[in-house]
Amino acid sequence: MKKALESAIGKPCEKDAFSFLLGKEDCRMAAAGKMTICSIAQPLRWAARSVIENLSAGINLVSGTAGTLIRTSVLSVGFVGLLLAVTPAHLRAETDCLACHADKGLQDSSGHSVSVDAQKFGSSIHGVLKCGDCHADIKDYPHPDHIAQVECKTCHAEPSSQLAGSVHSSSKDHPCTSCHGDAHSIFPKTDARSAVYPLNIPRTCGACHGTEGMAKKHGLPSVYPLYMDSIHGFALSKEGLLVAANCQSCHGSHHILSHKDPKSPTYKANIPTTCGTCHAKINVDYQGGAHGKAVAAGNLKAPVCTDCHTAHAILQPTESAFRMQSTPICGSCHKDKLSTYRDTFHSQLGSLGGYVETARCWDCHGAHEILPASDPRSPIAKGNLVVTCSGCHKGANLSFVQYQPHANAHDRKLNPALYFVRLFMNLLLAGVLTFFVIHTILWLIRARVDQIKKKSAQGEKNA
Amino acid sequence: MPDLEQAADRTAEQRPAVGRHFMRFTRAQRYLHAVLFTTFLGLAGTGLPLRFSESIWARGLASAVGGFGAILFFHKLCAIVLTGAFLVHVKDIFTRGILHREKGIFWGSTSMVANWKDVKDLFGHMRWFLGLGPKPQFERYAYWEKFDYWAVFWGMLVIGFSGYAMWFAPFFAHFLPGWALNAVLVIHSEEGLLAILFIFSIHFVNTHLRPDSFPMDMVVFTGVESEEEFKHKRSLEYERLARQGKLEARLGEAPQTWQVNFSKVIGFTAIFIGLTLLVLTLSAYFS
Repeated sequence: MKKALESAIGKPCEKDAFSFLLGKEDCRMAAAGKMTICSIAQPLRWAARSVIENLSAGINLVSGTAGTLIRTSVLSVGFVGLLLAVTPAHLRAETDCLACHADKGLQDSSGHSVSVDAQKFGSSIHGVLKCGDCHADIKDYPHPDHIAQVECKTCHAEPSSQLAGSVHSSSKDHPCTSCHGDAHSIFPKTDARSAVYPLNIPRTCGACHGTEGMAKKHGLPSVYPLYMDSIHGFALSKEGLLVAANCQSCHGSHHILSHKDPKSPTYKANIPTTCGTCHAKINVDYQGGAHGKAVAAGNLKAPVCTDCHTAHAILQPTESAFRMQSTPICGSCHKDKLSTYRDTFHSQLGSLGGYVETARCWDCHGAHEILPASDPRSPIAKGNLVVTCSGCHKGANLSFVQYQPHANAHDRKLNPALYFVRLFMNLLLAGVLTFFVIHTILWLIRARVDQIKKKSAQGEKNA
Repeated sequence: MPDLEQAADRTAEQRPAVGRHFMRFTRAQRYLHAVLFTTFLGLAGTGLPLRFSESIWARGLASAVGGFGAILFFHKLCAIVLTGAFLVHVKDIFTRGILHREKGIFWGSTSMVANWKDVKDLFGHMRWFLGLGPKPQFERYAYWEKFDYWAVFWGMLVIGFSGYAMWFAPFFAHFLPGWALNAVLVIHSEEGLLAILFIFSIHFVNTHLRPDSFPMDMVVFTGVESEEEFKHKRSLEYERLARQGKLEARLGEAPQTWQVNFSKVIGFTAIFIGLTLLVLTLSAYFS
């Protein structure tokens, strides 16, 4: 019994005996005093449902075909009557509706399907409800001409009010069903059949956010393919990891706000905390580094997670593609450092991509806890250089680490030796080439003139 | 043997085989040149994408051969082969000049070492360019040929040393100061650039494309040149050999048609690759 209830409700709350009947959300709502009568009643319905659960599979199967039976055979009326006699009272009401609505081809006057899969509905989270609980304005047959749209907020007040304040508030389509799926087959989010089950969420959101139409209509990029190819997307689609970040892990579910809204979890200043929900250690490192401190101090020019890793197309940091794309990202702020890095062997090799790696910014500076060289904990602090360089250069010694990865050959004060070496080499190159280019051009002209003279002289001789 | 005589008649109609031919380069020297220009093209072709790694063609070339790992591998491979060739040459000079005390290696008219005549030739040649004096007559190696030789010699020392210093940086750091590790890249890339620009423009024109040799001087491939060419280009050497009665000893066989054609294919391929690299270099340098 307890087990059956648990499976019907989802994970039980650990608060008290009563809350054992409630979902997590309901516990919270009850605690906040926000729970409506309907939602208080719901657990009781679930309890009822579990009683009949063992019966329902068989009964639903029969009741699903009941409509057809009624219309096709007068004889079957007796059979249905027998069936109704053994069916609990609450399901009997549904049977009246399903007499027509079980027909798969049933449509309303405007051509929309009004068919209900009784078996699916029966097993859905709303399976214990009567049709009239939601379709309150339909009491008799024939139905009224205008039927009101079902208001989910009658029961689900909080999610509805959250939705009303979100970016999806203006959605023309039914805002609840566009994510939760067909109203008659909504499952709890812990059920693999649910459209909002963690592994199904990207596909559900991608129905809109994976199309180019979205880009044109709202100026939003088509993020679904980016996400699916990302490390989060792979973890979700390939490994089926329930803990892998899906859309709502970062954006929330009902109360989704624009990233420009300071209350949004995707607002720049909030991103470290959002990502830190899972990547806790990295968040601690980041908060201790120069970038984290700057963001915490209100400098929103400093990078947060997404500036380097991107928001959706997040790659494995060891991947060549990520290593290739990230140096220019650091360089978009640290322009002088990028320019001096560009002059080095590290950059020249690294720019060409491939299977061997050279040092990129964070190989020396660290990635998350970036500290200035003056901090003794920094990997670029003088005392740590041998260790840092040894990461690639086996046998690096104190002399080796005097190499300057950001030397500026044009700065006479900072790097005098390098400055004069470069000057000498440039002058040598320019001098040799200038001399020989002039030498060669003059020679070419003279030799050609001589050749023509000789030919004409020969021509005269022959004539 | 009437067949052979006929064949000789046929080749006689073609310009390169007319008359007597004289040896200029030994087989070993020609092979050395072949190894030199093959590895040089390889080094230039793999070095330039590194030097101009920001340009589109560099990335295209790198991805075509499998990224910079492959580029660097070929660069180092060519470097090792060229180092080998350089050592073979130095050993040859050492054996001939010091062990066998062969004359004319370190000084004299057949030596590569510059002398006072080269300075006079340089100014004389320039005066002749401007129509201010007679054309100087040259010995076995003219001053620009000596420059070519020493440019390559110095280049191999400088580029080679700086290259190995980067390759084995932690080892070289034992006796080089820290700033030298920065300097070796500047030296390597600038000297390499100079070598590339010099060979692909100045050497190509001076030796192969100038009207006297156009379109290509075959002597470094076939080893021999015609008497006419010898007299015209190096009259002093010709006269000296004639005076000393050593002219006959230098007689060589006229190159076979296949040798000439083979040399042309190789030579033009090298020149084509070189000029392509030159265009890419200049486009990257000025963009």
